[in-house]
Amino acid sequence: MNVLELQHLKKHYATHKAVDDISFTIPKGSIFGLLGPNGAGKTTLLRMITGIFYPDDGEIIFDGKKFDPHKDIHHIGYMPEERGLYKKMKVGEQVMYLAQLKGLGKQDAQTKIDHWFAKFEIASWVNKKVEELSKGMQQKVQFISTIMHQPKLLILDEPFSGLDPINSQLIQDEIFEMARNGTTIIFSTHRMEQVEEICDHIVLVNKGRKVLDGSVKEIKQNFKQHLFRIALDEQPNPAQMATWHFTIVQQHEKAYTVKLNEASKTNDILSHFIHHGIQVNYFEEILPTINEVFISQVKNAEA
Amino acid sequence: MNKIWIIIKREYLTRVRKKSFLIVTLLVPVLFVAMILIPILMMQSGDNEKIAVVDDSKVFQGKLADDGGVHYKFVDAKIDTFKNTYLEQGYTGLLHIPAMDIDRPGTIVYYSKGQMNVMLKSNMERRLEGVLEDKRMEVAGIDKAKVESIRADIDIVNLAGKDEKKGSAGLAYAVGYGAAFLVYIILLVFGTTVMRGVMEEKMNRVAEVMVSSVKPFQLMMGKIVGIAGVGLTQFLIWIVLIVGLQMLLPLFVGADTMNAAAAQGAGNNAAMAEAMSKINFVVEGVNWPLIITCFLFYFLGGYLFYAALFAAVGSLVNEDPNEAQSLTFPITLPVIISIFIMFAAVRNPNGQLAVWGSIIPFSSPVVMMARIPYGVPGTVPYWQLALSVIFLVAGFMGTTWLAAKIYRTGILLYGKKVTLKEVGKWLSRKN
Repeated sequence: MNVLELQHLKKHYATHKAVDDISFTIPKGSIFGLLGPNGAGKTTLLRMITGIFYPDDGEIIFDGKKFDPHKDIHHIGYMPEERGLYKKMKVGEQVMYLAQLKGLGKQDAQTKIDHWFAKFEIASWVNKKVEELSKGMQQKVQFISTIMHQPKLLILDEPFSGLDPINSQLIQDEIFEMARNGTTIIFSTHRMEQVEEICDHIVLVNKGRKVLDGSVKEIKQNFKQHLFRIALDEQPNPAQMATWHFTIVQQHEKAYTVKLNEASKTNDILSHFIHHGIQVNYFEEILPTINEVFISQVKNAEA
Repeated sequence: MNKIWIIIKREYLTRVRKKSFLIVTLLVPVLFVAMILIPILMMQSGDNEKIAVVDDSKVFQGKLADDGGVHYKFVDAKIDTFKNTYLEQGYTGLLHIPAMDIDRPGTIVYYSKGQMNVMLKSNMERRLEGVLEDKRMEVAGIDKAKVESIRADIDIVNLAGKDEKKGSAGLAYAVGYGAAFLVYIILLVFGTTVMRGVMEEKMNRVAEVMVSSVKPFQLMMGKIVGIAGVGLTQFLIWIVLIVGLQMLLPLFVGADTMNAAAAQGAGNNAAMAEAMSKINFVVEGVNWPLIITCFLFYFLGGYLFYAALFAAVGSLVNEDPNEAQSLTFPITLPVIISIFIMFAAVRNPNGQLAVWGSIIPFSSPVVMMARIPYGVPGTVPYWQLALSVIFLVAGFMGTTWLAAKIYRTGILLYGKKVTLKEVGKWLSRKN
């Protein structure tokens, strides 16, 4: 089942097309990465999904029905990149306020505040003013206020910026747990190592258009360069290197990075070395990182 | 609707619970009462002045009567020596009147330990002048009683309208001026409060979090209505405090002093008592319920008209608060122009400028309040009042609609200076 389906979404500004015919679907319970360079149209896309902007054209299907910002907004939690809290307000009142605006009753909200503040070990902050908290602490409060109403769809734009590793881990664990419990998560970031760590699916947008769409595994497979890393026990003489199977891209003493020739198979390399009695310490395929895919795709578009 | 209510509640409560709200709310009535209290206390401070008078020519001998707490004593002494010893002899001041020709009085000198107070100075001058004038009349052979009988006192009584209601141009002027000025201050003060609130939301980046839960329009209206509530609360407290403090006033000053002050005031001028009764009569003649109703309407209507515009401006400001200055100018300009039209309107409430100024919604809240005390329907015909009311209601609906369009885009726009041309484009966009 898909929680969200975007069909040919378009949003044009006076001078440029911020979102130009983008379609994709997000299955329930997945952690979905929305990637793209600055100005690619991510924020505009997210604002349409959260009902802040209306698309010029195209349709959004939320939970099987046409998206109705009025009602569905209660099932969406959005932590924008440009986020903040009322500085002079007490933390507890602030979270209560935002929860009530998401349609939670006072009693219900209070129970949830107690639960989450205890879980994040910040119960003692309830009566502090927001301005007294450090930036990382404010982020935690912001995160709680985003998930208080148990959204079906949680949208996080750069959720880890400003967080120390411990708090990052805390929030990352929470994201995984929510996904296991059926919450769908859209995760927008520039930090590619986090994408590989967290996301099941990614969509890459650039200049308002969708460039890539697929699972992280698929994409890595599709963009692999047939590169392998081999480490040998001893340095063979050049004649014994099976250069008809591969070309050496890089050598560091007895470790090689090689590119497999088109006609050859990986086992050809292995059997060659075994045949010559050369000990292979390890042999592994180098898959591109999402970062590399991202850079190559964005650069391709510019070329 | 429920969400707007939640927003109104927050906007209202956070402001009302602030210390600065408490301070301003308590301080203003205290200042107001102090303004009444201080002159009374100043009269009181004239107590126990013992003034020695050295009158070289004896022109004034015996003619300076004691007055309230001021006692005059004529001393036959040489000024050169006496001025060094009067303090030791228990006098608080020394008045030296040198020998003079009554047609050309010389310089009269008052010696005292500290600075002479203003009340005492004018009081003494008035008395000395009186004595001198009497003397001159005597010399010129003019009968003082005759002069008094010649003095004329004319008071035009204005009977306005068919029912010949007694009115007072002076009072209408004062009430109109006061009410209009109050509306003017409210527009600027609370309009700016709305603007600062919006700027805070945008700069703290709360705006984007908020609009993922509520519509920008709800956010804007919630703020405007919440702050209107703060204003109304403040007025209510002020009225209660001012009325309450005035009732408590005799306790502070002492009833005797109050009565003494009143008696003294009346004593100074025999016509005063009569004038007082006249004022009472006129105050009763003013249609207070109408003025208060109109005041509330023009206060709220004017506030709503301008608050939305201030909100729109707040949404356009980026990091630099100085930007707000130049952006508010187009909004404060009509408010300031209306105060100038108002100055003309209180003097001539039926002039072209006053009539049109009180109908056009940009200036009507201020200008109409200046005209209404002159009488409805006498000075302000019903059709003008109706037109003004309708235009103002339509006007604030219009500005709110306009502002909402700017606000919606403005609060989500960061790091970019907005040009008027762009704002124009936002206005013409459908959704």
